[in-house]
Amino acid sequence: MKLTISKSANEIMQQHAIELFPDECCGFLYGHETEEVRTIELAVPVVNSKDGDKKRRFEISPLDYMKAEQCALQNNIGLLGVYHSHPQHPAIASEHDLKQAMPYFSYVILSVMDATIADIKSWKLNEENTIFLEEEISNEQ
Amino acid sequence: MAQLIIPTPLRKYTENAATFNTDSITIEQAIEELTTEYPDVKQHLLDGSGKIRSFIKVFVGEEDIRSLAGEQTELKDSDVVSIVPAIAGGTYDLLLTTHD
Ligand SMILES: [Zn+2]
Repeated sequence: MKLTISKSANEIMQQHAIELFPDECCGFLYGHETEEVRTIELAVPVVNSKDGDKKRRFEISPLDYMKAEQCALQNNIGLLGVYHSHPQHPAIASEHDLKQAMPYFSYVILSVMDATIADIKSWKLNEENTIFLEEEISNEQ
Repeated sequence: MAQLIIPTPLRKYTENAATFNTDSITIEQAIEELTTEYPDVKQHLLDGSGKIRSFIKVFVGEEDIRSLAGEQTELKDSDVVSIVPAIAGGTYDLLLTTHD
């Protein structure tokens, strides 16, 4: 499936990734989808609650997750995925990303090299939930 | 009746149902009822021995059931039960080792 990312969602993710560099940032992605295209309209930063090396790991707390689901229900918008950054690493989903990946979600990864955005890719589990497939991103102007 | 909130990524296995109402007495029974109604969701919630998967947390209101009575936690009529997937990840270990 194609993934369209709104200008504002893109800006928020990129700012967040640069601001937290060299730590990993993370947040939720909301929007709508049809059968052909998934559109990310809103990116909402959340705290990286990882207890430990935030340069290489991120974690979202269960309470932040519950709030995100509530927000989606209340605003009649879809919770479509999660973004996080890879400081000094490519935007390729890692073995840690795959191990804990949920079906259906888009996992947008921002590669941050020396405090600038180097690349953005999005990944989604296949139907069997065994591997990540890259999603084709188109940015809204 | 207690209400279960199904997380968005698992709704493709519950015919898009976001919530599930139950008269079950415990969390364990409520999840059994849910997985009987929607068999496809079972493998995403329970491991091979029928226990809740390590990557899934269950909250009653804002309380993790692990700080209550676990799967034997009893439900009251107005309880809202959230099924919460762990959202976590990180970068490759492999690429880092090239600098070590
Ligand atoms: Zn990652």
